[in-house]
Amino acid sequence: MHELSLCRSLVRQAGRVAAEHGALRIRRICLRIGPLSGVEAALMREAFPLASRHTLAEGARLEMTRCPVRVHCPRCRREAEASVNDLSCPRCGHWQTRLTGGDELLLVSVDLADTPLPPTG
Amino acid sequence: MCQTCGCALPDHLQHASNEHDVHTVEVLEGLKAHNDEVARHNREHFDRAGLLVVNLMSSPGAGKTSLLEATIEALGARYRLAVIEGDLETENDARRIRARGVPAIQITTGSACHLDAAMVHRAAHALPLEALDLLFIENVGNLVCPASFDLGQHANVTLLSTPEGDDKPLKYPVMFRASDLVLITKTDLLPVLDDFDVDAVAAHMHQLASAAPVMALSSKSGALDAWLAWLEAGLVERRRPAFRPAPPAEGACLLSRPRGLA
Repeated sequence: MHELSLCRSLVRQAGRVAAEHGALRIRRICLRIGPLSGVEAALMREAFPLASRHTLAEGARLEMTRCPVRVHCPRCRREAEASVNDLSCPRCGHWQTRLTGGDELLLVSVDLADTPLPPTG
Repeated sequence: MCQTCGCALPDHLQHASNEHDVHTVEVLEGLKAHNDEVARHNREHFDRAGLLVVNLMSSPGAGKTSLLEATIEALGARYRLAVIEGDLETENDARRIRARGVPAIQITTGSACHLDAAMVHRAAHALPLEALDLLFIENVGNLVCPASFDLGQHANVTLLSTPEGDDKPLKYPVMFRASDLVLITKTDLLPVLDDFDVDAVAAHMHQLASAAPVMALSSKSGALDAWLAWLEAGLVERRRPAFRPAPPAEGACLLSRPRGLA
């Protein structure tokens, strides 16, 4: 259950972004997660309220986009979708493929609120 | 959920008044950015000291400490070794290593299921890095979480003991994909385990698009030659001067004249 420690680090990261923008509140956090990142979206969702309690991110919405596992086959010179435990080329069966998607673990964006308005005039 | 803005607060009245303030900031940063940064820092320490750092991972009881004992026995006279031990509780493993005359730092993680770069950083500072050739990090026994945290090591070695079954790479693809070497341990039990196929492990690794070598050994009955040779090759590699150009891709020629020019 390393999702709790990842969530804590996520809240710190988002909090840093909020501080840089002088925001008082984080409303939404968007992540991109691939199944080969080793992180379970469901566990992240459970851990997030614990990790964000008493922080700027408390009450924020955690949105996670799951990325498909994709491989590039050097033999077919094409990309294709694969499964987590079979990364061989679904077309020709070649095993020496290169992973092009599915191991993402990315903080995409943060929605901030209560930002002081820029000075006018 | 609040219907006004979609946030998780049941009562949107707390913030509905300043809804126009909400704006999106693009970040596009890895979630493990902090750990990766500390891991990079660790690697700098290790590279400066010129030692090879190997992270050992496996499920609990696969024989990491026994492998280390056998490795110390074989290499201890020729190389300066040290071990960082990760366990939830007890100092038992560090004691076993120290009993062989090798310095060992025990990290007890409490309830944490993996080592992270900061823990290894603290432990590394308790060791005389400049006076070492080879540092082993024995990660917490767990085939899931340790795979997600870079510690600053140069190589990941995953142990798979024969009683666990040969299909572990397919069940734990994240861990085995992160492995630079897979060691099948406890081969002395193979005569009583008729359903473990050593060759199948390499086939499963190929299914994960991994070309990591797979070696079979028994820390009890010896035959560690391939493992020891792999370690010594790694040590030689560490000591080579830093610049190592990548081999050109098949068919590519770096010095070819651009097409169409005389």
